[in-house]
Amino acid sequence: MNWFKRIKVGITTSTKEKKETPEGLWYKCPSCKAITPTDEHVQNKYICPKCEYHEKIGSAEYFSIIFDDNQFKEINANLVSGDPLNFSDTKKYTDRLKATIEKTHLHDAIRTAHGKVNGNDLMVACMDFNFIGGSMGSGVGEKIARAIDYCIENKIPLMIISKSGGARMMEAAFSLMQMAKTSAKLTLLSEAKIPYISLLTDPTTGGVTASYAMLGDLNIAEPGALIGFAGPRVVKETIGKDLPKGFQTSEFVLEHGFLDYIVNRKELKSKLTKTLEMFKN
Amino acid sequence: MVTYLEFEKPIEELRNQLENAKQIAEKSKVDMSQSLKELEKKIEETTREIYANLTPWQRVMVSRHPDRPYTLAYINSLTGGNWIELHGDRTVKDDKAMVGGFGMVDGRTIMFIGQQKGINTKMRQYRNFGMPNPEGYRKALRLMKLAEKFNKPIVTFIDTPGAYPGLEAEERGQGEAIARNLYEMSKLNVPVICIIIGEGASGGALGIGIGDKVYMLENTWYSVISPESCSSILWRSWDFKEKAAEALKLTASDMLNNKLVDGVIPEPLGGAHNNHEEIFATVKKYILNSLTELDKLSPEERVKQRINKFCSMGVVHEM
Ligand SMILES: [Zn+2]
Repeated sequence: MNWFKRIKVGITTSTKEKKETPEGLWYKCPSCKAITPTDEHVQNKYICPKCEYHEKIGSAEYFSIIFDDNQFKEINANLVSGDPLNFSDTKKYTDRLKATIEKTHLHDAIRTAHGKVNGNDLMVACMDFNFIGGSMGSGVGEKIARAIDYCIENKIPLMIISKSGGARMMEAAFSLMQMAKTSAKLTLLSEAKIPYISLLTDPTTGGVTASYAMLGDLNIAEPGALIGFAGPRVVKETIGKDLPKGFQTSEFVLEHGFLDYIVNRKELKSKLTKTLEMFKN
Repeated sequence: MVTYLEFEKPIEELRNQLENAKQIAEKSKVDMSQSLKELEKKIEETTREIYANLTPWQRVMVSRHPDRPYTLAYINSLTGGNWIELHGDRTVKDDKAMVGGFGMVDGRTIMFIGQQKGINTKMRQYRNFGMPNPEGYRKALRLMKLAEKFNKPIVTFIDTPGAYPGLEAEERGQGEAIARNLYEMSKLNVPVICIIIGEGASGGALGIGIGDKVYMLENTWYSVISPESCSSILWRSWDFKEKAAEALKLTASDMLNNKLVDGVIPEPLGGAHNNHEEIFATVKKYILNSLTELDKLSPEERVKQRINKFCSMGVVHEM
């Protein structure tokens, strides 16, 4: 299988570099198993051309998809979670953090950047799933809080792209309190009448769902994303039977009234532009 | 029938001895008052020693002690029975795992809300083991908004192993319900006091836990996950719950040291289950003192301080 090379998602290589990937590299869709040339897959915003499966991508990819000419100003890029509990499970948390930072070239599971979307200002806080499962700790909470301050100060709308397994256990109650912190902070954004769009992507679960991801003025999602509070395995264990088909998908969550719309990644930028202009004009 | 935890066995033994000695004294009419006194003293010493050296995991066990008072017991005691239970979220149903209502304490109306565990096998089912569904959180929010409208302070009692992870809970938006409460509670313009009286498990606890004052009873726990689940996820085995309990720093004193709660409410010797009346009296004192303090602030100042408090939680550094 070594001639199939799955795209490493969320790495900080720019789209331009990816486009230059030599021929002969292929993307295999985990959903329908269709094989697509990598450059074509990238062109297609990492969506399988055959079945529309949206591959998990990271902040670098989202920024390049959303921001005009991939131009943006990142803020608080070097902020890192501390380790106030001196936490250790099978590994020391500080070692885990260090290894993850080296591996991903990211500092935490979220990046915050100000750029333009077809000329409209937008602050985008985008989570990276490959940073400890996109888990929310002090770093994520603080970066969101500072992004909100920035939005209030500069009067620009906020979009948070969620992609998370939930809380970061190694930060225990500090992680839990980031739910309170981000939600409390969002009341200030709301008071300033600044729009907040929450984009839920695959997967958004746990404490992220139970805080900022569900608190958008608009809650929107990519198709086919897993969205829920409890993970499907836990729900299955609780009810003691198989889950119905489509349970906890974006479509399911839309149907139950918790999303405003589902947007294909190919239409994300245009729909976002339209949405921002509705708020503006 | 009193329940004893494994590490409380020495206390049980001494109490049995005391009981026997009392019976012997009664039957034989011999004056045993001296040895009875000594036994009582020994019970107190043993209890003090055991409770002074509880491990985090043992505290988790005390927090789940079946004889501990639950939310309704606190409300009944604090109000002397002078309270009106209110039901329903006005949308789906009445969640039996979340209770609430107006109650009178020393001539002042307070809105009480809390998770409720069942007191026996049948009631545990009925109360869904203290695990609310989304309608429970929405019922709680409805009652909070009602209190806000009529300018009544809010007291929440937290005691839950978590929000219910069921199928309908997901359909009805468990995540949204909790998120909404965090958001709305942040800006309630009446005083809000939250007290963890047993288990404070994750978002299910936090969903009624955004207060001007957040207190933990001495033998309770509060964290992002239970030690058992943490063990199974991080150690991939159920056998590391003691280790997980330690690592999570979930006890009341740890939480206070980390400035994640505002205070620890001392429990009677041998835990809240050992003396209900005493813990009710202590909790009442804390509530009334806190209200006196919070009444001095304007609603705007209270909300500002509440938001600032939660926004200051977290430890980060620049790399
Ligand atoms: Zn496909």
